[in-house]
Amino acid sequence: MWVTHDSRATQKVTLVWLGMNVFLFVWYYRVYDIPDKFFYTRKLLGSALALARAPAACLNFNCMLILLPVCRNLLSFLRGSSACCSTRIRRQLDRNLTFHKMVAWMIALHTAIHTIAHLFNVEWCVNARVNNSDPYSIALSDIGDKPGETYLNFVRQRIKNPEGGLYVAVTRVAGITGVVITLCLILIITSSTKTIRRSYFEVFWYTHHLFVIFFIGLAIHGVQQIVRGQTAESLLKHQPRNCYQNISEWGKIKNCPIPEFSGNPPMTWKWIVGPMFLYLCERLVRFWRSQQKVVITKVVTHPFKTIELQMKKKGFKMEVGQYIFVKCPVVSKLEWHPFTLTSAPEEDFFSIHIRIVGDWTEGLFKACGCDKQEFQDAWKLPKVAVDGPFGTASEDVFSYEVVMLVGAGIGVTPFASILKSVWYKYCNKAPNLRLKKIYFYWLCRDTHAFEWFADLLQLLETQMQEKNNTGFLSYNIYLTGWDESQASHFAVHHDEEKDVITGLKQKTLYGRPNWDNEFKTIGSQHPNTRIGVFLCGPEALADTLNKQCISNSDSGPRGVHFIFNKENF
Amino acid sequence: MGQIEWAMWANEQALASGLILITGGIVATAGQFTQWYLGAYSIAAGVLVCLLEYPRGKRTKGSTMERCGQKYLTRVVKLFGPLTRNYYIRAFLHLGLAVPAGFLLATILGTACLAIASGIYLLAAIRGEQWSPIEPKPKERPQIGGTIKQPPSNPPPRPPAEARKKPSEEAAGIPTGGPQENPMPVNDEVV
Repeated sequence: MWVTHDSRATQKVTLVWLGMNVFLFVWYYRVYDIPDKFFYTRKLLGSALALARAPAACLNFNCMLILLPVCRNLLSFLRGSSACCSTRIRRQLDRNLTFHKMVAWMIALHTAIHTIAHLFNVEWCVNARVNNSDPYSIALSDIGDKPGETYLNFVRQRIKNPEGGLYVAVTRVAGITGVVITLCLILIITSSTKTIRRSYFEVFWYTHHLFVIFFIGLAIHGVQQIVRGQTAESLLKHQPRNCYQNISEWGKIKNCPIPEFSGNPPMTWKWIVGPMFLYLCERLVRFWRSQQKVVITKVVTHPFKTIELQMKKKGFKMEVGQYIFVKCPVVSKLEWHPFTLTSAPEEDFFSIHIRIVGDWTEGLFKACGCDKQEFQDAWKLPKVAVDGPFGTASEDVFSYEVVMLVGAGIGVTPFASILKSVWYKYCNKAPNLRLKKIYFYWLCRDTHAFEWFADLLQLLETQMQEKNNTGFLSYNIYLTGWDESQASHFAVHHDEEKDVITGLKQKTLYGRPNWDNEFKTIGSQHPNTRIGVFLCGPEALADTLNKQCISNSDSGPRGVHFIFNKENF
Repeated sequence: MGQIEWAMWANEQALASGLILITGGIVATAGQFTQWYLGAYSIAAGVLVCLLEYPRGKRTKGSTMERCGQKYLTRVVKLFGPLTRNYYIRAFLHLGLAVPAGFLLATILGTACLAIASGIYLLAAIRGEQWSPIEPKPKERPQIGGTIKQPPSNPPPRPPAEARKKPSEEAAGIPTGGPQENPMPVNDEVV
């Protein structure tokens, strides 16, 4: 179900893109299938001509597009940091990458059609030269043998198939580049499957750089102009519809001189030179940014394989809930990994929390000396590079009086930034903060993910107590996956003051929240208020919350209104 | 790059090559190109390669994502024992299968792709990798009562004796007869 604003926008873009593909295909099919310019070419090749040229046009279009979604710095620059379409790190990245992949598959499809059509073309062109074809084609192909004639059939040698076809492939630029770039495309695709990407990133990344060869080959693919059509001057003197039947008379009668042919000048470079330049700029920007000095000011190890890196970079400005890409050359010279910022903009450093799950994160863990017990000198910390911040701010949170923040699993990370920032704004009495009450819901499978976030909540809890405002933040943590041993543990300790899992005063709950209850309770406690609902989690939950917002909002202008912020997160 | 299992990529590449061989073969056969029998060969070789490569091998580290419905082919591929387990054999098999298709333009792309896959398999073989089938784990049926172990040997945790007395006294309605001197301080338990 395309429920959210995000999805609708994506759907529109996809439809427009598909529409352009269909349009280009049909348009260029007709360009080669109808006009007289290609009348004789069609006699030689039939509809295989148009079937090769139509996907070629689509390939021009798609190869132009494919570089654009991966220009993250450029896109970020274009979008600026307007609050109109905030998205979360993975959603945002996912959308760009999804589009990139869709375009890639379209390129693969059109490459297949283009190649198959040209295989027929080559076979028939070669056959016509070795008298293995109908007499008309043979006669047409003979044009060009005599001096002063321009050829229609680009195959001039008389070598029979299959050697003839192979000969063409290796002696024509179009043949060589065609084979080479298709091979590059296939290698890129096979190394980009999920298995390879997730498990062996270097293979994926290095192989993907074959795209450089792909684009260079693509640009020169058409230089020899082997697709031939009748020239405009020749069409004036020799009209195919009048002359085609008496081919043996050509040159001998007045209104049918021997037709003259020429090739199409290459067009592809016009489509791709712009994006190629933009992508080059993108890589230069990334390189320049990565050279900017980033200092790790503090490394904190949290329980259960999480580390926190606090960093400083000159001129770094962030907003709540944005993300950065981090590279650590000591661990891997190539890999950039995205992390949501967990610090607030009010702090004088920026931080990320990293879960140690794979090779790169483990390498980072060791490089930062987290596996050692003793204190590490600052100069021993590895050099890192930071690109970003990306993503757009979620300023809307601050403009509501009451908000419900829902984070599922890892989706809680951006809320760390938001909660901290809210607290800073509250303490500094920031003018744009209308927030009086936060209801925070954290849905989690297991307790392991709690730890560092629980620390944060504890800190906030203490600070709120000091400010005598314990009611400001009310949080509910739901353990959605628990087993018998845990259950018995909870049952025994149910009466204790502090929660046994988090150490927080507010207790952990088990199972999933009863949203209906929650919404009704909150609604009754805040009549006549606009309540913002923000979610960072799965689509299914978005659906649920959206429905709850609608059904629990009063219909009139007065009364309580729940506003599900579809654009955010 | 110590952690890479090249066989994983070789497998993807070989599977793609199989499909390309089949496609090229169909073009050559359906179009009745010269020496189209090479196209027919290419289809057969492509099918063989696809069947062999469809079941993904098990990774030595971490879990492996199975391809949809691969368990049937896994059984067949497993039957051939060392012939399919050993990647040297696979490398040379693929190279051998690729050669005849190289004589036709329509299938030469398949040849190139399969040759590359063969090369990656050779690399995998040199590094000592081998194919092992992904076996389904025996389903652990949740036995009813299986988690009920022996009856508890210890009594359930109880509050200290002093606190226990209070509710029973109240329940029995025994008058306490004035403030009771407690031998040790008693915390007010929140029931």
